[in-house]
Amino acid sequence: MTARLGSLAAVLRAQGSRVGVGELLDAHRALAAIDCSSREDSRLALRTVLCSSRADLARFELAFAAVFGDGRPTGDGSPLDELGVIERTALPRVAIPGSASPLLAHEERMVVPAAWSDVELLREKDFAQYTDAEMALARELIARLARRGPMRVSRRTRPVRRRRGHMADLRRVVRASLRTGGEPVRRHWRAPSRRPRPVVLVCDVSGSMTPYARMLLQYLHASVAARRRVEAFAFGTRLTRITNELGGRDHDLALGRAAAAVADFSGGTRIGAALAELNRVHGRRVGRGAVVVVLSDGWDRGDPDLLETEMARLRRSAHRLVWLNPLAAHPDFEPLTRGMRAAVPHTDELLAGNSLASLEQLARILEEI
Amino acid sequence: MTFTQLRSVEAASTALATDGYLADRPLALAVHLAVVLEQPLLLEGEAGVGKTEVARALAACTGARLIRLQCHEGIDLHHAVYDWDYARQLLALRAAEHGVDEGELFSRRFLLRRPLLDALEHDGAVVLLIDEVDRADDEFEAFLLEFLSDFAVTIPELGTVTARHRPVVILTSNRTRELHDALKRRCLYHWIDYPAPEREREIVHARIPGMPEEIARRVVAAVGRLREHGDLYKLPGVGETLVWANALLALGDEGDLDETLGAALKVHEDVLRVRERKVLEGV
Repeated sequence: MTARLGSLAAVLRAQGSRVGVGELLDAHRALAAIDCSSREDSRLALRTVLCSSRADLARFELAFAAVFGDGRPTGDGSPLDELGVIERTALPRVAIPGSASPLLAHEERMVVPAAWSDVELLREKDFAQYTDAEMALARELIARLARRGPMRVSRRTRPVRRRRGHMADLRRVVRASLRTGGEPVRRHWRAPSRRPRPVVLVCDVSGSMTPYARMLLQYLHASVAARRRVEAFAFGTRLTRITNELGGRDHDLALGRAAAAVADFSGGTRIGAALAELNRVHGRRVGRGAVVVVLSDGWDRGDPDLLETEMARLRRSAHRLVWLNPLAAHPDFEPLTRGMRAAVPHTDELLAGNSLASLEQLARILEEI
Repeated sequence: MTFTQLRSVEAASTALATDGYLADRPLALAVHLAVVLEQPLLLEGEAGVGKTEVARALAACTGARLIRLQCHEGIDLHHAVYDWDYARQLLALRAAEHGVDEGELFSRRFLLRRPLLDALEHDGAVVLLIDEVDRADDEFEAFLLEFLSDFAVTIPELGTVTARHRPVVILTSNRTRELHDALKRRCLYHWIDYPAPEREREIVHARIPGMPEEIARRVVAAVGRLREHGDLYKLPGVGETLVWANALLALGDEGDLDETLGAALKVHEDVLRVRERKVLEGV
């Protein structure tokens, strides 16, 4: 039994669940506590012990079937291999050596120390015209921008020097008055602290956004990695939560996982339906004072009425609703597409989102919220 | 009945049922394991499926004391474990003429016990309910992690307090944010789903004695339609089913599903949509 539990744990780990020795020991104890002869009970007991989130449940059923059941094959190999050609081109490839010659890579490295002016130029350049080398340069800047985000006042307090917020720190006053014979001579104060405000990033990865999606996904990844309370979603015709996929330090692996999770990369767009799902399934993540940022060009092939209703709902439940539209960078831009016409009245801010400068503008706005 | 009598899944299921909580087998098994393995049980599920009720029923059927810690934004050690009664300390300081000894000032007399300390010090069986843990912040979660592994807290002025009886701990989360992996790994995990219609009818009967079968059937069918409809911002939970059934019972013959829709749906757009699409037609 120990061996089979071991292989069950191995299959679970291969699928991304966290199963350690502690969980294995618990599994043994759980099996000892119940009637092992019942396959169903054993399954339930093991599931209770080995799963720690809803996502784990599906993995567990697969793993259980693989180890104790009829031996169904489990997915193997890198998620990148399963991607289509379009998804792979949409992903940044700069960190994957191979296509570029070693000489070129060497030259790039020579450029970086003197790159101040390059970076300056890069700020205004449209993401769609980036070369691979420029994407590599921009990555560091994006990571820096992603660290900036909205804060809110928390109910947790911290000691402060001067009287602000009018909250006496009685704990310290009592301590201090012990020293002055019971007379509260020295006063101490506490003030509310500031905490990161939840941010929900919703990125359009449909066909028309492909030139921008690769950079915006980098921004999503950097945000998830840099800040707490960030949720990331991608959508084309339907919505996919990619927060967990984008987690972890390894940049290319994270984006690869995210792309594998999104079924409709570079396909059509139904913004209304995607936002409807955000409102319904993930309403609780949005509801508690989160700033929602939608990154989309507004080319919508769905029902504009639905988009309008869902935007109105999203605006009501979110703290602020920001829309980033790469097309808005054009000086003559007017929100004329059906989608944008329906969405614009319900947004608090409409930004460009086609260049580093516009992401910087986003960071600035987020900080002011 | 005590915890020792929950030594099988069936016993757990029967015990919960004595207090009107009808648990399906996976849930009864999770509760049974939480008791036997002495590990905290993390319950997740949509709003109103009876996460909190599990703890209440478990306490009631075992005769254990239910101690509830409701988490909220900004909760810290002094809300959850202990605090000193500063106002009384200051008074004592000023009333004493020759000064007060520090040890006396930080003695049990001035200690305010909060739920977690209560749970450790209670002499007898305890069900500790840590409700809506996702509302607390990361720092508090880190503290909980420590608390749930040792069942001991250290008060600098008094020393370490260790649990007399290890409490059965039930945590609930509404998934407004993902809990930390380390905390989850310390817990058993169970996702409570909406009950099947027959089970939900049984729940209505168990919770509201004297409920006519006709009303129970109609309400459960209506709630099932609303959930299946799937296009609502907020789906009605079992809690709403009970309120709705109670409303119809109170209205007697005048009871009408459509007029009492407000018992189940609390979002204006949802009510409009259900009426417009005639979702409840024929129930």
